[in-house]
Amino acid sequence: MVGNAQAAPSVNYTDESVRGFALAAVVWGVVGMLVGVIIAAQLAFPDLTYGIPWLSYGRLRPLHTNAVIFAFGGCALMATSFHVVQRTCQVPLFLPWLAKFVFVGWQVVIVAAAITLPLGFSQGKEYAELEWPIDILIAVVWVAYAIVFFGTIGMRKVRHIYVANWFFGSFIIAVALLHIVNSAAMPVSFWKSYSAYAGVQDAMVQWWYGHNAVGFFLTAGFLGMMYYYIPKQAERPVYSYRLSIVHFWALIFTYMWAGPHHLHYTALPDWAQSVGMIFSLVLLAPSWGGMINGMMTLSGAWHKLRDDPILKFLIVSLSFYGMSTFEGPMMSIKTVNALSHYTDWTIGHVHSGALGWVGLVSMGSLYYLIPRMFGRKEMYSVPAINLHFWIATLGIVLYIAAMWIAGVMQGLMWRALNADGTLVYTFVEGVKATWPFYVVRLVGGLLYLGGMLVMAWNVVMTVRSGRAVPSPIPRLVMA
Amino acid sequence: MDILYLLIPMSAVLVLFILGVFAWALHGGQFDDLEQHGEQILDAAADSFDSHQGA
Repeated sequence: MVGNAQAAPSVNYTDESVRGFALAAVVWGVVGMLVGVIIAAQLAFPDLTYGIPWLSYGRLRPLHTNAVIFAFGGCALMATSFHVVQRTCQVPLFLPWLAKFVFVGWQVVIVAAAITLPLGFSQGKEYAELEWPIDILIAVVWVAYAIVFFGTIGMRKVRHIYVANWFFGSFIIAVALLHIVNSAAMPVSFWKSYSAYAGVQDAMVQWWYGHNAVGFFLTAGFLGMMYYYIPKQAERPVYSYRLSIVHFWALIFTYMWAGPHHLHYTALPDWAQSVGMIFSLVLLAPSWGGMINGMMTLSGAWHKLRDDPILKFLIVSLSFYGMSTFEGPMMSIKTVNALSHYTDWTIGHVHSGALGWVGLVSMGSLYYLIPRMFGRKEMYSVPAINLHFWIATLGIVLYIAAMWIAGVMQGLMWRALNADGTLVYTFVEGVKATWPFYVVRLVGGLLYLGGMLVMAWNVVMTVRSGRAVPSPIPRLVMA
Repeated sequence: MDILYLLIPMSAVLVLFILGVFAWALHGGQFDDLEQHGEQILDAAADSFDSHQGA
């Protein structure tokens, strides 16, 4: 069979953009996490950047979120989706030139963001700060991405569409819709625009976008990664393919209305807040379906977890996914939210998902993907992968534990009342009490960044010792 | 809350679209014989790198 596959390779897979996106993900990962460490340090040491406006917290914070979500996460998603869709459909990419355009266009978006955000150009919408000219470029690149992805599925030689492609596909469609609706704005100059919506209407659209960005960008897309790279690395099929299909449809049917939980106790009507809360609670079921399915893929082969650092990344990422998708619904309950909202608990929750789930699953997948894209069986240094795993995990634990303690403490201090109804603590007393935890969080962030630097070194050595060989598409062996 | 006149119809259209895709997948035989499809990606020949190295 292997001989046959070699004898008649019809065409090669188009992996240029996969390689580009995979390497870009590592570079932007280092940059985005470095900016994160800088702003974490600013919270503990506010005078750190001497009041230079371009380096102020308010400008660097959106740079951090955009860099880690859309530059690191986005490039990792585009690399893996282009890799997975070709392998599971057994065809090269549809319109390879358009795939190159997606790569170049996305890098231009990232560089434009890295220039305009520190200069202070911002729409002021969380995770959608970029001004309208960049928003238009994003929309064009995204449509091109969709054409390449769905075009490839349309040309597939394998009749069944593998479940990972369903996740990637839903992520691509949903993000297009979310981005276009939320970014609707009236420009007044080249770098200034006003949102098409006002007041609470704008808040509702913003969090409809914001939460679905979490649901489709940071969840569905990365689940697509999980459903391909865990089975490949573990050399075992998904625990239950049936469950993967069921939880996919359950997830995409329920995600769309969870957004209002970001607006509890605001001007948003109470019933809309409650609807958001109920949908958020329902989401626990499909989320855990995916988590259990991924983990149980290793059932009967748990020993592989002991020796294989890539599997450690992938499986531990799922345990963080399970934790944060339990924590999220709990925090969406209005009474819990009354304590947690506006505190650092939210920051801890986001980072348990971002560092733990999105970060680790991307790193694990890239450790599988990058050597194969450069003609090697594995990374230059496997012990370095193991080192990265342990530094990163320790960093996450420090980070989220510090933020949990800080957040609950802030919530309790803010609501503490004296017998006569006055506040027990002034706001600054809460800030002072939080300070040690900001330092611990900084240490956690530094460790996580350190792990990413180990990865960057390992990737450079892998690329230097390998070469980009085209992979032939094997002759179809499946009926 | 005028915005709901945009968001609710949009969600309804989206759900109909999702239902349409689901119906297509169901009737197009995408979900027949589910257990075999999980194995398919592990076929060494599906990943030319593995077959290349194995040869």
